[in-house]
Amino acid sequence: MDSRSKEPLFHLTKRGAIPKGKAMAIRVLAVVLALIVCAVITGLTTGINPLEVYSSIVSGAFGSSRKTWITLQDVSILLIISLALTIAFRMRFWNIGGEGQVLMGGLGSAACMICLGDKVPGPLLMLLMLISSVALGALWGFIPALCKALWNTNETLSTLMMNYIATQLVLFYTIRWEVPKGSGKIGIINQDSHAGWLPQIFGSKYLLPIIVAVIVTVFTYVYIKYTKHGYEVRVVGESPKTSVYVGINLKKVFIRTMILSGALCGLVGLLLVGGINHTLTATISDGRGFTAVLVSWMAQFNPFAMIITSFIIVFMDRGAGEIATRFDLNQSFGDILTGIILFFIIGCEFFINYQIHFRKKDRDHKEA
Amino acid sequence: MEPGTAAVSMRGISKSFDTKKANTGVDFDLYKGEIVSLLGENGSGKTTLMNMLAGIYFPDEGQIFVDGREVKISSPAQASQLGIGMVHQHFKLVDVFTAWENIVLGAEEKYDVPAAKAKIREICDLYGFVVDPDKKIYNMTVSEKQTVEIVKIIYRGAQILILDEPTAVLTPQECERLFEVMRNMKKDGKSIVIITHKLNEVMEISDRVVVLRQGQNAGQLETAKTSAQEMTDMMVGHAVTLDIERPEPVNPKKRLVISGINVTDAEGVKKVKNVSFYMNSGEILGIAGISGSGQKELLEAIAGIQKVDSGSVTYIDENGKETELIGMHPQDIRDLGVALSFVPEDRLGMGLVGNMDISENMMLRTFGESHKWFTDRDRPRKVAENVVDVLEVSTPGLDTPVRRLSGGNIQKILVGREISSDPKVLLTAYAVRGLDINSSYKIYDLINGQKKKGVAVLFVGEDLDVLMQISDKIMVLCDGEVSDIVDAQKVTKNDIGLLMTSMS
Repeated sequence: MDSRSKEPLFHLTKRGAIPKGKAMAIRVLAVVLALIVCAVITGLTTGINPLEVYSSIVSGAFGSSRKTWITLQDVSILLIISLALTIAFRMRFWNIGGEGQVLMGGLGSAACMICLGDKVPGPLLMLLMLISSVALGALWGFIPALCKALWNTNETLSTLMMNYIATQLVLFYTIRWEVPKGSGKIGIINQDSHAGWLPQIFGSKYLLPIIVAVIVTVFTYVYIKYTKHGYEVRVVGESPKTSVYVGINLKKVFIRTMILSGALCGLVGLLLVGGINHTLTATISDGRGFTAVLVSWMAQFNPFAMIITSFIIVFMDRGAGEIATRFDLNQSFGDILTGIILFFIIGCEFFINYQIHFRKKDRDHKEA
Repeated sequence: MEPGTAAVSMRGISKSFDTKKANTGVDFDLYKGEIVSLLGENGSGKTTLMNMLAGIYFPDEGQIFVDGREVKISSPAQASQLGIGMVHQHFKLVDVFTAWENIVLGAEEKYDVPAAKAKIREICDLYGFVVDPDKKIYNMTVSEKQTVEIVKIIYRGAQILILDEPTAVLTPQECERLFEVMRNMKKDGKSIVIITHKLNEVMEISDRVVVLRQGQNAGQLETAKTSAQEMTDMMVGHAVTLDIERPEPVNPKKRLVISGINVTDAEGVKKVKNVSFYMNSGEILGIAGISGSGQKELLEAIAGIQKVDSGSVTYIDENGKETELIGMHPQDIRDLGVALSFVPEDRLGMGLVGNMDISENMMLRTFGESHKWFTDRDRPRKVAENVVDVLEVSTPGLDTPVRRLSGGNIQKILVGREISSDPKVLLTAYAVRGLDINSSYKIYDLINGQKKKGVAVLFVGEDLDVLMQISDKIMVLCDGEVSDIVDAQKVTKNDIGLLMTSMS
């Protein structure tokens, strides 16, 4: 190899601070490029007009007022889980046990509804549901945190394992509480009495999760940015050595933060069982405990940016369902499109952090 | 000078990072068989310039000639082919591999183990290196690791060696050995660039000095015809005094009595062995020792961060009231007025949080005192403003994450924060590590200011010249034990060097 060879075709340099507008422009460009690539792929593989596909994605999410409400409700649920995980993520504690924590919350609510539904008055029942779902979610966060604090176990593995335990527990109780016997399902709980069904707000059954999501978003933002606890979380996450140096008790912060993270996931379990589905299945969380990891990372742990990222995910998901039925494709095609769009959105962060310099055209080259 | 005659010529080199100009139109020449010191303050672009020669960065503008031919160096591998090798400040070795494995690694040839080892021995014999090829890196001292790095680049056929602050981590004796090796390499026709802050080393080892200031050529000098004062003035751009003042201690009283401290680290290694001493108010007690001789553990034990096996630390306040510090929470020890400012090798690893801004870093010590739930943001901001103002921290603003600042500025923030708490005892380790002359003197002034206020100062230092100038007494540690406590005005550098390495 000739070491006197030309300047490299391009080289990368890390950017310092990039103006917010420019970063935004890069992201918008990424989405536009993603849509173009999706259009080409749609055209080539299915022969369907991509614009029709896009319009049906939009109508899948916002086609009717009911669809719009459900979209917003789904965004809220995903958002709350993402926020819950974010609190742990800021501590560099990789809580991928959102799924299990949500399930445990749901189990807590369902247990109260089934066992106490006709025994205690409505408001008290709801209070008990709240307490038990939050407590069980918190417990599922507490256990991995305790293991980490005591024996420095890997939290990624332990939170993941806790998911399987939660799933199996729910399956166990599904069989115990199945209605009718032998169906393998719990069915709608308290269908006649509506005991333990969370109240409708302003006559809308969709509004409650949305309101909770708004509150949790603001709470998370304030908690991380302005409270002492949040400050400790950030110090521990950024530099464990520094936190020891200033006398922060790492173990305490691990445990406290994971209890909060798990509790918020447990709250989602309450919303799903008591407010939305009125039943409990092992798939009630529908993988959102994992999707939330993506939502949180994509938003770079910024609670307000998470509103947008969780919206993108839910919007694409609902749209995918719509095109699957409308064009007789299956759900997978929507997932392909979602994958392409996410690839571009995540990939564009590279161009926000790094700048590419191409080789300057050199004169001798042109003459040759 | 014609570029053709030099081993390396750099002409009109410019390099910017984002909007910051690291180098602007720099010229640099290196001839065969000479040792050149590259001198400059922190952030003057020395390392950046050399990184471009080593293929780590690519210049925005300018030309590089090796043996008179223009070259484009776009990767370290290409630099290596051109015979250029660099030893970085932070070693790039695989800890779990042996010396020879690290040396051979990536050298793009089939590994013939006996031949490789023979070649390594040959290099060692030729230049006087002492390396055990089969020793694992994690078992090595800093000096041994550095030797491996140098052998590594010579193994790859380097004719041009760049050493980035090689002496920062060495004892005087180790430095001497390194200089000996450098002289041998020079005799063999190799060209060496040494980046350093220490003027006495520049005088001792180099033939020529190239000075950079704010990314530009500030001039070059023949070592034989210059003085430390001239070099400093050129580096800083205006005249500076090189003497560190040593005010007489006023009314010293016992402030901290340490007796029989023993510390064992997580791996079960005894780090501090039966250390006893006391600190007086208004005095600076210097601590000398090879890095890793127990300085860190000792300071941490006093600050309450490190568990001790046995021993006691007694704090005596102005009224003679005694308090036992062992077993107290670090925050409570701080509240008594015992401040610890430890500047670790990686600067940010302990004491500061890189991604947080200056105000938030000021808060690290005091956030616990504010209201019940929320952090107080106004007071740290005022402290930050004050520190930035008094210590002349150069920063775009108080909201800039500290990791974006240069090393010197980061250090000023750390030391500034510790001093801002108005301590009675100040424990400071490596406060000027890697700092340029101007910033170092600012820090010395600060520490002396504390001394005059009656603070008992513990100063762990690396540069023995400085240690001997600033301290009233010097305690020398060797392998966790106190070798001796000496009067700083009566001891010689050589004595301290001996005390550091052996129990005489």
